[in-house]
Amino acid sequence: MINRVVKNAEEAVKDITDNMTLLLGGFGLCGIPENCINALVKKGVTGLTCVSNNAGVDDFGLGLLLQTKQIKKMISSYVGENAEFERQMLSGELEVELIPQGTLATRCLAAGYGMPVIYTPAGVGTEVAIGKEVRTFTYNGETKEYLEEKAFEAHFAIVKAWKGDTAGNLIYRSTARNFNPMMAMAGKITIAEVEELVEVGELDPDQIHTPGIYVNRIFQGEKYEKRIEQITIRKK
Amino acid sequence: MLDKNGIAKRIAREVKDGMYVNLGIGIPTLVANFIPDGINVVLQSENGILGMGPFPIEGDEDADLINAGKQTVTLLKGSSIFDSAMSFGMIRAQKVNLTILGAMEVSENGDIANWKIPGKMVKGMGGAMDLVASAKNIIVAMQHVNKAGESKLLPKCDLPLTGIKCVKKIVTELAVLDILPEGGFRLLERAPGVSVEQIKNATLGRLLIDGEIPEMIL
Repeated sequence: MINRVVKNAEEAVKDITDNMTLLLGGFGLCGIPENCINALVKKGVTGLTCVSNNAGVDDFGLGLLLQTKQIKKMISSYVGENAEFERQMLSGELEVELIPQGTLATRCLAAGYGMPVIYTPAGVGTEVAIGKEVRTFTYNGETKEYLEEKAFEAHFAIVKAWKGDTAGNLIYRSTARNFNPMMAMAGKITIAEVEELVEVGELDPDQIHTPGIYVNRIFQGEKYEKRIEQITIRKK
Repeated sequence: MLDKNGIAKRIAREVKDGMYVNLGIGIPTLVANFIPDGINVVLQSENGILGMGPFPIEGDEDADLINAGKQTVTLLKGSSIFDSAMSFGMIRAQKVNLTILGAMEVSENGDIANWKIPGKMVKGMGGAMDLVASAKNIIVAMQHVNKAGESKLLPKCDLPLTGIKCVKKIVTELAVLDILPEGGFRLLERAPGVSVEQIKNATLGRLLIDGEIPEMIL
């Protein structure tokens, strides 16, 4: 079996250089590649274009790379929870492209499936459609307009899974799955960090979410904070 | 006039047994509290849950288990987890029967604006554009007028659009209305104690009033 294991986060991101485009998994702070983000901060690469559904909070997740001004452009669907993000966006230091969440997911999926474009009705008639090709299709008896959206072309995808094996096979846990599987498929080079790295043979092949063919590098994260953005509880 | 819970309670009556439902943030989230016993619905959270349950009991919160509003939640028996592409796949393929969401403005032809106010910090559309572009049945929970008393039910939206010709029904603090295929808000019900005259004054878009308008049953 091919061995995809690298030593740690620093080794995994060693050839990420200035001005590259990265896909980063996670929804809010759930299922984000914490260790790789920290390694990128330490490495100090700048001019990054980051595709991620959200932009972290001020002192955690992608917010850390914003604080150090390493991100040139964010492509996200929702960026509400970050004061430094807001400051950089309003001052023009940070370029921001907001795209519908389903479009973001499907543009990753298209890349992983080797399809250059997709058609989606999301954003038809809105400012998201500006400059995009609109096509009309009749499907299941319904005639609608669709926007042509392009598959992402990213230098690296960085994802976080719950368990992985040395061959790069991944299993996610609960809603920490979110964008991770399709981003894992979409990178030219994919880095996966996992909470638990096991030997081949220990994961049930029937339970694998991402086959190792999509994962070029895998390592067990040194530690996981797994911060919760909004703790909501009910009375017993 | 209805408060937020009143709007949610009225919308809950639109939820039918066997439906898969996506609830937006704000008033739509409250709808879950008013779904009557015996009505079985499955809540979809677009970050990847079918069968979302209530908030966890203190100590049971799980960082890996959140809803689309990034709040800790639980899973009900029979629930399933999936990735974001599949989540929007089932929305696009119209497997989700009902979408309930908030709005800043709705126009008489069913356009909706709910994601961006020019000049203010723009947070993004999240999944709203995908939901409104695909859902067959969209109910909007909103205030009829803004804080300045200006109507939010308009001939044409002023704010940047989230989607076009998609809203089917609106529940506000004053009324229940549907949007006719040829355009126009048709008044269906008045909120308790609200007159047709009040609703007329609060609606800038074309309002159609046909016969006696009943008071809503909550």
